[in-house]
Amino acid sequence: MNLVLDIAWTHVRSRMRQTAFAVAGVATGVGFSVMMAALMQGSQEDFMRQLINALPHITVSDDRRLPPRQPAEDAFAIAEFHGLTPEARRKGIKNPLAIVGSLEAWLPGAVAPSVQTKGILRYASRDVSVSITGIDPVREPKVSQLATQMRQGTLTSLYRTSNAMILGDRLAEKIGARAGSNITVQTSAGAKLNAQVVGMSHTGIRSVDESTAYVLLKTGQIIEQQTGLVNEMRIRVRDPMQARELASRIEEETGYKSVSWQEAHEDLLSSFVIRNIIMYTVVGAILLVASFGTYNIISTITHEKARDIAIMKSLGLNERKVRSIFVIEAMLIGIVGGLAGFVLGYALCLGLESIEIKSPFMDMNHLPLSYNPLHYAIAMGVALTSSLAAGYMPARKAARVHPVDIIRGAT
Amino acid sequence: MAGDILIEAKGVTRILPGIVPTTLVRNVDLAIRANEFVAITGPSGSGKSSLLYLLGLLDLPTEGEVTIHGKGTAHMADDERALIRLAALGFVFQFHFLLPEFTALENVMLPMRALGRLSREAMRTRAAELLDALGLAEHRHKLPDQLSGGQRQRVAVARALANDPPVILADEPTGSLDSKSSEQVFQILRDLVDKRSKTVVAVTHDLGLAERMDRRVQLVDGAIEAPADGARVT
Repeated sequence: MNLVLDIAWTHVRSRMRQTAFAVAGVATGVGFSVMMAALMQGSQEDFMRQLINALPHITVSDDRRLPPRQPAEDAFAIAEFHGLTPEARRKGIKNPLAIVGSLEAWLPGAVAPSVQTKGILRYASRDVSVSITGIDPVREPKVSQLATQMRQGTLTSLYRTSNAMILGDRLAEKIGARAGSNITVQTSAGAKLNAQVVGMSHTGIRSVDESTAYVLLKTGQIIEQQTGLVNEMRIRVRDPMQARELASRIEEETGYKSVSWQEAHEDLLSSFVIRNIIMYTVVGAILLVASFGTYNIISTITHEKARDIAIMKSLGLNERKVRSIFVIEAMLIGIVGGLAGFVLGYALCLGLESIEIKSPFMDMNHLPLSYNPLHYAIAMGVALTSSLAAGYMPARKAARVHPVDIIRGAT
Repeated sequence: MAGDILIEAKGVTRILPGIVPTTLVRNVDLAIRANEFVAITGPSGSGKSSLLYLLGLLDLPTEGEVTIHGKGTAHMADDERALIRLAALGFVFQFHFLLPEFTALENVMLPMRALGRLSREAMRTRAAELLDALGLAEHRHKLPDQLSGGQRQRVAVARALANDPPVILADEPTGSLDSKSSEQVFQILRDLVDKRSKTVVAVTHDLGLAERMDRRVQLVDGAIEAPADGARVT
């Protein structure tokens, strides 16, 4: 082995307790910052995931955002119009099957047409105003989690009887309905319909579970008194982060208003910026504190070796060699401490994840944690930098001192 | 008969800077010739150790110059001076100054490894021979803590000889030893001059020991009192 490496290794090995303390110091810093980062990012990702899963990635509705393009605009570059309003016309998306077909041809994801309508449910003399969604039980699982969120019955239960209906579980509780109950639906248009409850869903979002009912697409059209009506298309894309671009392309192609989940939740997303700042501040503070600890221990070790540095210099080892001994020691401590910190951080994450939370308000019963290699890399980077600085700076100072000053001091 | 001049101090002055500057060595001219055993003596605080450090390139003179084999050292880079210390000079201090984590053998090997001229095996063999020659054969693999003061000092001498330098500089080599160990270490240094043709410069306040060396340089307040290049005593 190289002399410098050998001396460094011997120092580290022969002062096992001190080395262990230094390694533990680095490991604690790395471990806790990894844990903190995992916790912060995990909760954010979980929130995002819930948001993405609970809602369609893109909603195409029968509203139009812009007034129709006028023929003169196509013909003349400087034509200008005033007082135009978005086209008023028959409700619903025109020719929905053709649009579904053309979207499915290029869109990386799935499309499900649906009917959105409002109505009043009447059961056992209780009236509740609800939003009724007419769905296609075959396409629905491709765009939403509804199929997995069924508490009772399945989506295909909707085919069991005519006018079958699935209620949100809190809604059912509110009106006291159970599977098999016959309820009356009163629509805003004045139509009346007898429906039978065939299942219950539970999304975990209170406002949704309290006021949503699902029926077949056809039933929805009957409630709206308009056959063939589709007034909403819900789209789930493979990469939710692309939703914004895809939504604008859909809007361009179909002319219908398409809203990505990002646009629908702009307010929530902007609160993430603040959360991110908090996260980086907390993790940064932990890393900073940890790196001060690392610096302290390693520079103390190096200072204690000032006499040895003088001896080696007086024998004729040059400054660079003497310095690199301590830099290597610091690096060894940093690397071993960092790796131990990885283990500690991972163990802490597993520990936190195993804690069960029982809360009536949340479906989640474990802390969400994110296992991101980047957290480990950053923590290791900071630990290595601070331990290198802690080894280098005192060693440089000690190696610069004339050996005579230390030898004189000892004599 | 003294040979060529190995180390020469020309008008060397060393002033320790500070609020009140202290003059450690004052205008010293001194030549160390091959195969001499020179004693630097003087009362404590007379600057004898400081002079030795200057001769050994451990310290730099404020004025004047130290030459080694006729070569000036004032304008050398630190690394160059370090290399001369490593290859051409051997040091023995009052305290052994061995690295505490390494065995006697490893300590002796250290300068050889830093110089890197021999193979690893050759270094090991040479270090073992040096220790054996100083009567430390059975202590090769002991740590400095496990050795007596005299034994440690002998290991330090072996280390000074590691790269076979022509000159050994010793700063109170027997200063912290009992009389028996002291005699042993002195005899080793004596033999280095007589049998192995080395040059030894030793700082000592023990006049009895100084009497038994070839030449004495008496320092008072940093200046040489006796004629520097006087006749040899023996």
